[in-house]
Amino acid sequence: MTDLQEGLIPNFDDEETDRKICFICSKGNLDMVYPALVMANAALGEGIETHIFFTFWGMDIIHDTTVDHLKFTILGNTASHMPQALGGMPGMTAVATHKMKKQMEDLEVPGVREFIELISDAGGKLWACKMSADMMHLTEDDLLEHVDGIITATEFIELSDGAQVIFT
Amino acid sequence: MPTITIASSSVEVNDEGFMTVYDEWNEEIGTALAANIGLELTDGHWEVIRFLRDDFASQGETATLRRVSNTGGMPTKSLFKLFPKKPAKKMAYIAGLPKPHGCV
Repeated sequence: MTDLQEGLIPNFDDEETDRKICFICSKGNLDMVYPALVMANAALGEGIETHIFFTFWGMDIIHDTTVDHLKFTILGNTASHMPQALGGMPGMTAVATHKMKKQMEDLEVPGVREFIELISDAGGKLWACKMSADMMHLTEDDLLEHVDGIITATEFIELSDGAQVIFT
Repeated sequence: MPTITIASSSVEVNDEGFMTVYDEWNEEIGTALAANIGLELTDGHWEVIRFLRDDFASQGETATLRRVSNTGGMPTKSLFKLFPKKPAKKMAYIAGLPKPHGCV
């Protein structure tokens, strides 16, 4: 192997990176969910330790009965590119949700349930918030099987030590 | 573009070391590229590499991890096992293809 070649080998495993990213998902709106999932997935693809903490309305993302029914509402997103006056009309949430799902599908982005599975398969850790679970009377049995556990806010703060934390 | 010699062939690479000419690649080169990054290729690796090569030929771009698992039928978990840490980039590097550009 020549010296020239040595210099042209990508440094994939470089040093053991201690970079760590934690996302806090506090909203279950479809348009709030995707950014976190896309970024978490990208981080995992770069070999970065990645955690997602689901809290308050974010619990809908990992709740077996709600995950397939997340909505995009015009009134919930003033930058939705649609007139706010339409938002309160019957059926508009369904239309907006359908449109957003279609756009994601066209880009071959998976649905939320499948995305969660993908992130878990890629080594991402998924945590449910204990207080939110108590508030909504949920146990681990109500949550997607890929959820790694229900933890307290303090436990999340401990595990996110040294991480870049992103709140969504 | 730098030119390097690998597995007795002279190939063009970009400044990160990724090959830039699809037809300059062959399986001996793939084996040598894998060795460069510390991987010994098994049948499981080759299945992925060959899928990537064929898919690039028909699609004109490097498949993302999701495409490899969805269209190629190789589960995400095993991709992370075969090509640890940065599977998408490692697969593309060994297959002599550009890094994938898709977000998912």
